[in-house]
Amino acid sequence: MNGAYLKYELLRTLRNRRFFFFSLGFPLVLYFLIAGPNEGKHNLGGTGLSAPLYFMVGLAAFGTMNAMLSAGARIAGERSVGWNRQLRITPLSTRTYFRAKVITGYLMAGLTLAALYAAGSVLGVTLTAHQWAQMTGLILIGLIPFAALGIVIGHLVTPDSIGPVMGGATALLALLGGTWFPITGGAMQKIGEALPSYWLVQAGHVGLGGGSWPTTGWIVIAAWTLGGIAAARWAYARDTKKV
Amino acid sequence: MSLTPTDQGHDWQSAQVAETLGIELAGLVKSFGAVRAVRGIDVSVAAGETVALLGPNGAGKSTTIDMLLGLLDPDAGTVSVFGTPPRAAIDRGAVGAMLQSGALLRDLTVRELVSMMSSLYPHPLGVAEVLELTGISEIADRRTQKLSGGQTQRVRFAVALVSNPDLLILDEPTVAMDVEARRDFWVTMREFASRGKTVLFATHYLEEADAYADRVVLMANGSVVADGPPTEIKAMVGTRTIRATLPDAPLEALERLQGVSLVERRGESVVLSCTDSDAAIRALLAAFDEVKDIEISGAGLEQAFLQLTSGDEVAP
Repeated sequence: MNGAYLKYELLRTLRNRRFFFFSLGFPLVLYFLIAGPNEGKHNLGGTGLSAPLYFMVGLAAFGTMNAMLSAGARIAGERSVGWNRQLRITPLSTRTYFRAKVITGYLMAGLTLAALYAAGSVLGVTLTAHQWAQMTGLILIGLIPFAALGIVIGHLVTPDSIGPVMGGATALLALLGGTWFPITGGAMQKIGEALPSYWLVQAGHVGLGGGSWPTTGWIVIAAWTLGGIAAARWAYARDTKKV
Repeated sequence: MSLTPTDQGHDWQSAQVAETLGIELAGLVKSFGAVRAVRGIDVSVAAGETVALLGPNGAGKSTTIDMLLGLLDPDAGTVSVFGTPPRAAIDRGAVGAMLQSGALLRDLTVRELVSMMSSLYPHPLGVAEVLELTGISEIADRRTQKLSGGQTQRVRFAVALVSNPDLLILDEPTVAMDVEARRDFWVTMREFASRGKTVLFATHYLEEADAYADRVVLMANGSVVADGPPTEIKAMVGTRTIRATLPDAPLEALERLQGVSLVERRGESVVLSCTDSDAAIRALLAAFDEVKDIEISGAGLEQAFLQLTSGDEVAP
């Protein structure tokens, strides 16, 4: 990995207002708005989780999802100004290019997690060190499909439409994943269970001492990861052939 | 140009030995669907040469450059850059290019952007040096999205130079530059070329090709139609026409006038295509007292190309 290149990639992302709004500011403010009034609820919607814990993970899922997908917005932006062509005539390999995008996404996601964990602590979330670590691990794994999806979106969508596309996609994924309120039972839950965002939110269940995801969760995440990587390869090949 | 390798402070050849083999494009063909953009061209450029790829829009210049840079795979033919495929030359930092159009990466300052690109190369020039050279030191701390068109082009030039390439490719680089910026640009380019660098630039301005290239490769309809020193190409395409009212003069007599290559009658008027319009106008006035309504105009490059390529197959 080229450290200097990564540094400037990070710098660009930190200077981007959209990132701060969707990945950091918005989930943080929303957390206090939603979880604050429900601070005393210890069994939110039958999940067995306290409201501050449930929404902490829910909004962390929303913010980190956006952080990962924002790599797609950066790719789309680079494509629209022809910068991807400029990069293709440098020694930078495609692999390193994508690695820098994914690492940047993860570092941003880390910021989001840190901010929401801090906010959660303020509202009384207490977990053991082991639980914090396990939850974080699950979220980081659950974000892998979003890294791939970001690359797909970045190569298929124009910068003009990336706002609506990403906004719509994350809103839907967040809603069905149970970010805003727990979804229990019925068709909604069945749909939700097939989405990677659902399992991000479910990472909060380690707070019950329940350990990791059930097998279904691992299968869903693995399937989205494999599908996402295949789609990313296809989208990239399609894009580079066209120019 | 009177630049010599010793009269400048820039150390172009630091940390590397200049390449010796040149650029070879052999039998290149590229089609996009039914459009045959490049129809089998052969061009070789010696190391250290500055060559202009001259042609009207749609001649296949950019497609050729994309293949030279490995951005496009040719349908047929081979590309060799200093003896290796383009990708290998790019990987060792031997190639710098200013592609046609395109903006800059946003949310960085000019200095940061040039530093970012510099970090990708094995033996880059110093960032401060490149900023100085391309005349953008004073805007180095400005965000890239806040630059004028001409400033953007200069930054793109800096990005092309920062790798300290042995081969510099410029695809219509002076688009969006004003007259002064153009002149500055070419001065820098010449200075760079004078260090033994190989330069290939595409342009549709005959004047640029004439003034700044050692050699001109003329392209039209995806083929090379001429290849030679600028003076030769200029004589071929830099024709002027004299149009005058001269109802009774015999065409054969007009054709014999000095500097005239082709004569056409259009009603009362005659149109003389000239290789040397100065000589032709003197001869015309001396030979025909009755000539009037004289107009001299430069034939556009497009028109010159039509003449050059008429008779060749032009079907797609």
